[in-house]
Amino acid sequence: MNVPKNLKYTKSHEWVRIDGRIAVVGITDHAQDELTDVVYVEVPAVGAHVEAGKECAVVESVKAATDVYAPVSGDVATVNEELASAPELLNQDPYGKGWMFTITISDPGELNELLSPEDYAHHIGA
Amino acid sequence: MTGTELLKRTPLYAAHLEWGAKMVPFGGWEMPVQYSGILEEHAAVRERVGLFDISHMGEFLVAGPNAERALNDLFTNDVSGIAVGQAQYTLMCNDQGGIIDDLIVYRLEPSVYLLIVNAGNIEKDFVWMNTHATVSAVIENLSDRLAGLALQGPAASQFFDFSAALPHFHIQRQEVFGKECWAARTGYTGEDGFELFCEATDGPHLWRMLLGWGEQFGIKPCGLGARDTLRLEMCYPLHGNDITEETSPIEAGLTKFVAFDKKSFVGRDILVEQKERGVRRKLMAFKMTEKSPPPRPHYTIVADGRKVGEVTSGTQSPTLGTGIGMGYVEATEAKTGAAIEIEVRSRRFRAVIEKKPILKRGQ
Repeated sequence: MNVPKNLKYTKSHEWVRIDGRIAVVGITDHAQDELTDVVYVEVPAVGAHVEAGKECAVVESVKAATDVYAPVSGDVATVNEELASAPELLNQDPYGKGWMFTITISDPGELNELLSPEDYAHHIGA
Repeated sequence: MTGTELLKRTPLYAAHLEWGAKMVPFGGWEMPVQYSGILEEHAAVRERVGLFDISHMGEFLVAGPNAERALNDLFTNDVSGIAVGQAQYTLMCNDQGGIIDDLIVYRLEPSVYLLIVNAGNIEKDFVWMNTHATVSAVIENLSDRLAGLALQGPAASQFFDFSAALPHFHIQRQEVFGKECWAARTGYTGEDGFELFCEATDGPHLWRMLLGWGEQFGIKPCGLGARDTLRLEMCYPLHGNDITEETSPIEAGLTKFVAFDKKSFVGRDILVEQKERGVRRKLMAFKMTEKSPPPRPHYTIVADGRKVGEVTSGTQSPTLGTGIGMGYVEATEAKTGAAIEIEVRSRRFRAVIEKKPILKRGQ
């Protein structure tokens, strides 16, 4: 399973790329593989406040709906609007075109709580 | 995952792992939910051919001079109407007209019948039949001795020499890749196909040979995920979801499988009453008419701003690319073409009541 070295992770299988005060968020390769064919993605509203560890988006496969949790607190800056018409991007390119939303980080201290690639790989038994 | 150690495994368990299946619990069994992906497997069955493990299903043999009478008193349909080699869809109801199980009856010989029942209901059905049979008949549970494989899709007819001689909804004893089995032209997908029942030990051989021979047609091993989307497009009910002991054949739109001209069978009185007086709710099919999350069981069905029912099965139809489902709604609202809404996480999405099946042929 692909676990890129330049990202941070959560135990609930989100990935985070830190660009200054912005956190780009998606679900991991492991998560998309477990979920199987993604057919619907519900992203948060731009401007919505999200809390670290709280659900803020939903990914639906043919079989089930799964919550996505905010890795850090802050306001949603942008969302990937392409996912509305192409939810399969989460399966095809989870770390690239399948990104879900960005958060303007309100508490940089929370970044320390995220998992390193090594810890996440261990977490999923890879 | 907890409780995995209590799940039963089919004779094809090792083959599933070898083919890269994702295994899940289903009806007390550890079953493949998918191999390459539900959408791909679904497409293989609609366009070419797919192979399913159905060994979890239960098989009962009912035999003896009283077998026909025993089954006719237990089931809603009239088994005397089928000839040797023919199959019949039927229902087993309780005294309240609730559906204990839905099943296929195959008449193997004048007084020998093979029944295929749902995996999660095997023990319950066996006890019910033995305690409610009005006349004595031998009822043998073969479920642990047999493997079942379903070959489904338009290319299925090109697998066997006997295809042309085995009509739809019929069964024959046949040799398949050197193994004796019961070959039935039945299925749960809406496509042409076969269900093969063989000795458990012959299951892996048949699985391997069918997948090998099927390579030329682009065969895919298929899991329960595709089985569910395929059957739901055809509006075949799933026991435990769409039909239960709390719902009747009349409510479920299965009246044509109730032979009211039989003088007696379990549940007859109440079913006659329901047929004559009408029922308060009906199982209807629907299709989303706007982009929405896939409908799921227990979502609320709304009409004119008020709750009129609940979804029992729902999915994203791989063939139509839109949400579809079934659910019980108040009988007065269950009209083909009527606009309804499905409530998903407090938001309502537009849908329309469809005539069954949702997937019209030629689409």
